[in-house]
Amino acid sequence: MSISQPPTSGQRTANKAFRLSTFAFAWLSVALVVYIVCMITWEAIPAFREHGLGFITGTTWDANTGEYGILPEIWGTLYSSLLALLIGTVFGVSVAIFLTEGFLSGGVFALLKAVHLQYHPLWGRLPEQLEHLLKNLVELLAAIPSVVYGLWGIFVVIPMIRPVANYLHEALGWFPAFGTPLSGPGLLPASLVLAIMILPTIAAISRDALNAVPNKLREAAYGMAATRWEAILYVILPTSATGLFGAVVLAFGRALGETMALAMLVGNANVISVSLFSPANTLAALLANNFPEAGQKEVGVLMYAALVLLAITLIVNIIGAAILQRASKNLEEVR
Amino acid sequence: MTNAETMESTTTNTPQHDVVIECDIRELYYGNFKAVRDTYVPIHKGAITAFIGPSGCGKSTVLRCLNRMNDLVRGFRFEGRVNFLGRDIYDPAIDPVAIRRHIGMVFQQPNPFSMSIFNNVAFGLKLNRFKGNKEERVEMALRGAALWDEVKDKLHKSGLSLSGGQQQRLCIARAIATEPEVLLMDEPCSALDPIATRKVEELMLELKEKYTIAIVTHNLQQAQRVADKTGFLYVDTTEGSRTGYLVEFGDSDRLFEAPQEKYTQDYIRGEFS
Amino acid sequence: MSANIHPSAPSTPTPDTRHLEKSLRNKQSLFSFAMSAVVGILTLLALVPLFSVVLMLFYRGGKSLSFALFYELPPGPMQEGGGFGNAILGTVIMVGIAAAIAVPMGVLAALFLAETAPDSRLAKTVRFCGKVLTGFPSILAGVFAYGAVVLLTGGFSAVAGGVALSILMLPTVMLTAEEALRMVPRKMKEAAIGMGATDFQCVWMVLLPTSLPGILTGVMLAVARAAGETAPLLFTALFSNYWISAGGNVELMQPTASLAVLIYNFSGVPFQNQVELAWAAALVLVLLVLTANLIGQAISRRRID
Repeated sequence: MSISQPPTSGQRTANKAFRLSTFAFAWLSVALVVYIVCMITWEAIPAFREHGLGFITGTTWDANTGEYGILPEIWGTLYSSLLALLIGTVFGVSVAIFLTEGFLSGGVFALLKAVHLQYHPLWGRLPEQLEHLLKNLVELLAAIPSVVYGLWGIFVVIPMIRPVANYLHEALGWFPAFGTPLSGPGLLPASLVLAIMILPTIAAISRDALNAVPNKLREAAYGMAATRWEAILYVILPTSATGLFGAVVLAFGRALGETMALAMLVGNANVISVSLFSPANTLAALLANNFPEAGQKEVGVLMYAALVLLAITLIVNIIGAAILQRASKNLEEVR
Repeated sequence: MTNAETMESTTTNTPQHDVVIECDIRELYYGNFKAVRDTYVPIHKGAITAFIGPSGCGKSTVLRCLNRMNDLVRGFRFEGRVNFLGRDIYDPAIDPVAIRRHIGMVFQQPNPFSMSIFNNVAFGLKLNRFKGNKEERVEMALRGAALWDEVKDKLHKSGLSLSGGQQQRLCIARAIATEPEVLLMDEPCSALDPIATRKVEELMLELKEKYTIAIVTHNLQQAQRVADKTGFLYVDTTEGSRTGYLVEFGDSDRLFEAPQEKYTQDYIRGEFS
Repeated sequence: MSANIHPSAPSTPTPDTRHLEKSLRNKQSLFSFAMSAVVGILTLLALVPLFSVVLMLFYRGGKSLSFALFYELPPGPMQEGGGFGNAILGTVIMVGIAAAIAVPMGVLAALFLAETAPDSRLAKTVRFCGKVLTGFPSILAGVFAYGAVVLLTGGFSAVAGGVALSILMLPTVMLTAEEALRMVPRKMKEAAIGMGATDFQCVWMVLLPTSLPGILTGVMLAVARAAGETAPLLFTALFSNYWISAGGNVELMQPTASLAVLIYNFSGVPFQNQVELAWAAALVLVLLVLTANLIGQAISRRRID
């Protein structure tokens, strides 16, 4: 008699239960996102009724008088994020180019060649190993918790840049960006630390974008007698431009929502200033600072602020994802 | 050594005045892998020189030696010399980029940049800081590549919007826009359909008037149709690895009709491919 | 004007070939060299903060590191000594709660994405939601848990903190698990199905065991991220100066300490002892996070071998 049998009813039930549960959890994860958005919106509705859109243009935050406005926070969020983005993009894209266009491995190989070790079983692997190490080190930047960056910012970055900042203020104080002295926390230290935090995001996504440029285009450029940088500037960067832009937009989304480093470094002052050295506040920092001790009334207002932050980050992130999708579609054409 | 003997019968080792590139590869390595050995090929001015041979025999590698494209492969090592204008291009003082300005290249896969047709062709002009009339140059190059009539009304459209055969002719136009002395073509028709292939072949015969051409092909009939001189490379597997070397070189008519080496005879008769 | 663009060589017997030589006086070569130098320097500069952070952690944190830190309670202002034993325990418990929620949910949703209906509209929606959550500001996860748990149960608690962290873990677990499941060679699955395995048997006996390293890597990365998060805990778990267990019972519904919040609280105070403790806690936290990261990477490396 054969030992082959049709599946038992237990096996059938287990199978059915399995399929059903994957289905259920798939739905659950969608429902969770919907629930998060709805819950924050729901909690924000009373405050929205009370303060309306004037909340967004108001400039005071006073729990005693019940007057609330988040224009300074929106200003501070955009200012710090854009500044960080500027710095982070320059460094992040540089790192990506350095890693993808073989500067490191090529350079180390040339060095090894000079001492005739390039095919040594141990030393010969050094170019790849160093490139791998550098990639991991940059990724390590992303692994350090933001609260640790905040701590480092307070005790290392602020003392380090304060003399420079105050010198700039004294010498060039007429220039709006240097309009105030740096007394401690402020926009510049916050943005610097924020730039460090988004650098790995920009570097990683840019690296993917540059790697996605087909090698035959590099060959074409070099075959046309382009120098390395002519190939990078005229062919590789333009071809990966959409992907690089997507990286920048996603990093912008990160920067907008980043909380701790800003709550610790930006100074939490309800002011609007163009000065790099002025203290400021951001939406996320406002939530972090006011939520723990908020009364029932203030919680509603904070939920409203959270909704604004949610809307901004959601839009930026969706735009970023759409751009990246577009980029990969474009590159399929080139392939 | 058999290949040395055959060379004696067709060319001499001393450079002739009509030899533009004199390529003498003693040994060529990728890392520890010996890819090519003992290959001497002169590229004659105003002629089409073809490299044929079974796949993996190193014919593309030899071609890429001629404008130092192999420099992009890490671990590439070269013993021998490649003389261009009487100067060894592997001399440490030589700038490989400058070499590639004089020895252009067309690749196996059409590889237009993702920019407009015009900018694709004008790319080399940009690299050379060309100050003259770009439109005129681009038109000349496109006419030279027999593509002008097909694209003259859509020069601002992406080069990627063209068909495969058109893309390859665009790449040829891009390569000849700066009027290099020599044009290297690495299996330029392998990704094309028969009609497009025929067009590119006709183009090669036209370009011969102005340029010196070296072409790699796996298609024997193509070599027979277009090439003045042909070199046959074969793979030597005796040392346990696959090292390519030149078996026979000579005028195409002679090589296809009366091959002197047994491997060449077998290959041309189609006993292996 | 010559038809040739280059300063080309005449066809004399010994042509001038100096234009083929390398020279930094050549504008393009000089530009290329300068740009390479700039990019190299920027890349090195980008790593300076990493080394500075690590050095400071070992210098200031290592100075006050002692065994007592791991079992004593946080000191008050002006007090000497103390530790953060309760914060370590709190972090471990809350990350544990988060993992208990996010891992089953993430893996089952990933099974749906990779197996049950990979190309369905629901799958596309789930992937979209996963991406949205990946870029979700961590503070908003806290806001959500505040509304969904704190307001509902009437107080700050470890459970609220765990829920907030689970939202941040979910996308990482789900998306890496999907990728790991897709990496399983098709022929393995076909072999199992060809032998008459039900879908569940195929998943349980072939797919999950094969993709386990990849799934675990995702889980470890998510754990590493969650352990370092501060913002979602600030107003869900709050903080506590006491142990989470009272008389042997673990009190999950009480405000709970965590390393991250301890660092935040002690970073802004003028009391030297507490600041030093913040540095020591930062060192411990970073070591914890890096260990989790390294374990995750080690697992994924073994998979490649």
